[in-house]
Amino acid sequence: MIEVKDVTKHYGSFQVLSNCSTVIERGEVVVICGPSGSGKSTLIKTLNGLERITSGDIVVEGVSLTHKKTDFAKLRSRIGMVFQSFELFPHLSVIENLTLGQMRVLKRSKQESIERGVGYLQKVGLAAHRDKYPGQLSGGQQQRVAIARALTMDPVAMLFDEPTSALDPEMVGEVLDVMVKLADDGMTMVCVTHEMGFARKVSDRVIFMDQGRIIEDCTTEGFFGDVQNRSPRAQEFLAQILTH
Amino acid sequence: MNYEFDWGGIVPALPYLAQGMQTTLILVVVGMTLGISLGCVLAILRIFAPKPIAKLAAGYVNFFRSMPLILTIFWMFFLMPIVLRAITGNPYLSVGAMYSAIVALVLAESAYYCEIIRAGINSVRSGQMAAGKAIGMTTLQCLRWVVLPQALKNMTPALINQSIGLLKDTSLVYVISLNDFLGAAGQMGLRNGQLVEFYLFSAAVYLVICSAGVALVNHLQKKNKQAF
Repeated sequence: MIEVKDVTKHYGSFQVLSNCSTVIERGEVVVICGPSGSGKSTLIKTLNGLERITSGDIVVEGVSLTHKKTDFAKLRSRIGMVFQSFELFPHLSVIENLTLGQMRVLKRSKQESIERGVGYLQKVGLAAHRDKYPGQLSGGQQQRVAIARALTMDPVAMLFDEPTSALDPEMVGEVLDVMVKLADDGMTMVCVTHEMGFARKVSDRVIFMDQGRIIEDCTTEGFFGDVQNRSPRAQEFLAQILTH
Repeated sequence: MNYEFDWGGIVPALPYLAQGMQTTLILVVVGMTLGISLGCVLAILRIFAPKPIAKLAAGYVNFFRSMPLILTIFWMFFLMPIVLRAITGNPYLSVGAMYSAIVALVLAESAYYCEIIRAGINSVRSGQMAAGKAIGMTTLQCLRWVVLPQALKNMTPALINQSIGLLKDTSLVYVISLNDFLGAAGQMGLRNGQLVEFYLFSAAVYLVICSAGVALVNHLQKKNKQAF
């Protein structure tokens, strides 16, 4: 479904990603973890073309992102993305946030867009807040709306870039609950996260990155369970986080 | 002070002054509308267009911000008929002071409006553009539905400030013998020998209009502070 083939990316002379390769199958939940600056956020942003790559290729559902004629807007409408800073549109109400993409990109009618929007709001437990503005919601609520907004586009996969890193600890749970539900419904998900409990419970695979390289790419049980066979850097990382 | 104020001439002159005010208002309204529209286009070119075109837009902006407005007005008044006659091949084509004044004001003000709009667009969080793109909108759609609405809210005080400046700049059209409000007031004053009174009266009128504009700006800035 998503193939990452030997991807390298430079910011000027600085190499952010080096020869990253992996494959994400339909229905898989993949967690990308690693220390700060390892390139995890950059890698996930290359998957929907928000960041361009210097060399290599990324193929999403048969569409190559490096092909000159790729319609990026169309591609992005099929992949949902949730940002660390939520990025709801503050000048629009919650329901308007959900209908904007549907009406302008998918060309759905206002009626249908609102119906679907309310449906997804109910799914994330926020139907009562449809006419509020993002500034009136808590961080956890905003992020759940952001997830609903991505879902209204009926994506084939969802990308999460540290969705809970900017939240108060009390609100992390409500967002993770939504993500767990999504995973149970069979959504293909790629999450950059520090929430190892979530990773352990929900993900099928873990990708560990360090300094722009993929160091580990194995099953969740293998990553957390079979620690001795993991690389030294990964063992170091696990030792640090699992002591908490 | 030995000067005796004689305000009697002002009321009878009001119809003539009103005509001058009409000219001023046309210049301001058209200058603002076309100036902001052209400024918007220039700002978008400067931010999003490929480098050569962006540089052209930047050159335009720097040029018109460097020229004294009085010079620009003169140029348009003398140049436009020449250029249009060459293009249309009609040697008797005349443009008239009003049209040259409008063109001059629009070209000059659009440069300033461009910078205000550019700052406004850049003041919107970059994540908003990314979020818009992430749901499949093109750059233009993001601008139209996500970035510009927010940018406009941010830049409205600055736009109004610039427009207050435009109102005062319109008085420069006297150099091409166009009768705006100040010009009309000056003429009446000269004719009646009441120049001081008429100029004081015009000052009061400009003060009222500009104060209203400034009050609007302050009100909007307060409202914005309560927003997101």
